[in-house]
Amino acid sequence: MRVVIMGCGGVGALVAATLSEEGHDVVVLDPSPESFKHLPEELKSKAVVGDGALREDLAAVGIGETEVFVAVSSSDSANALASQMAKHVFGVDKVICRINDPANHAMYTELGLDAVSATRVVSHLILEKVNG
Amino acid sequence: MYVIIVGAGDVGYELAKSLLRGDHEVSIIESSQERCDAVREELGSLALAGSGSDEAALREAGASRAEALIAVTGSDPDNLAACQMARHRFNVPRTISLVSSAGNEPLFRELGIDVCINSTDVILSRIEEELPRNSLVHIMGVKGSNREIVSVRIPPDAEVIGKSLAEITVPSDSIISCILKRDGALHPPDADVVLQSEDEVVVITTTEQEEALREVFTWVE
Repeated sequence: MRVVIMGCGGVGALVAATLSEEGHDVVVLDPSPESFKHLPEELKSKAVVGDGALREDLAAVGIGETEVFVAVSSSDSANALASQMAKHVFGVDKVICRINDPANHAMYTELGLDAVSATRVVSHLILEKVNG
Repeated sequence: MYVIIVGAGDVGYELAKSLLRGDHEVSIIESSQERCDAVREELGSLALAGSGSDEAALREAGASRAEALIAVTGSDPDNLAACQMARHRFNVPRTISLVSSAGNEPLFRELGIDVCINSTDVILSRIEEELPRNSLVHIMGVKGSNREIVSVRIPPDAEVIGKSLAEITVPSDSIISCILKRDGALHPPDADVVLQSEDEVVVITTTEQEEALREVFTWVE
């Protein structure tokens, strides 16, 4: 599978490294080249400097020929814009998007995005432990 | 009318002043506390510090009774998020957004933002208007279609000079909407209107027909 990952922070780099180990063709997109230090050596050549919230930059990494798009930058609104662009403009089949704010997460889910909220996931895990 | 403005930069600030002069009720949501304080000093307590895409900030601003939300931050993602939140969470009937990156405009329209204003386009069309050699000027796009309103100025030696509209064939998908004569008089597109040099012909057309349209009115033998 070809996967484009927007955002090369801790989460983006880990998702990229894991998918790459599983044999997928991974491209990482981030506006700041310093962020690529999070990537394992063999993936550094697959890193592209660019902003996933810009149509031109998504087109430049061949988003139209990509099966999966993952938006995990630190900005909810940038992730939401890029994901909706990938889904509605470029017709990417599977789009996964990090939305930390739980209120925004609920809305984007209703709008049809496959959204993951770290805040929700972590608080859910903590509550499980408290109650368990 | 109650209007929420997101972003108190130069555009947001001037917009707020202008709406207030027009007796509208205005709130501004601005993410920088410092900028927010500066606006409060000038315009009073209508500015609140926060993110325009934050549900709590919009609720505090009274978004559910707002008739319009206008997002004019410098960030396309933030503008889109604020408009979507206003529309889908607070049922704000009209959302207007500044779009900095031209490539984002079709997405914003598809996602239901009512009005997208691309600052680059606005500046370009102003410059086009001022360039005397540019005979065709884009006035505006027509929402929800590939149509646009353009204006063509008749050059001094054009073939069409002296012809009436009845004698002129415009390309398909194009309709003349009015003629602005060089003396300033405005004419409806009646068959007997005769074209003169320097007249402006305002036409609704499509991007594809633009060149053909330009040729009709500016062709020189």
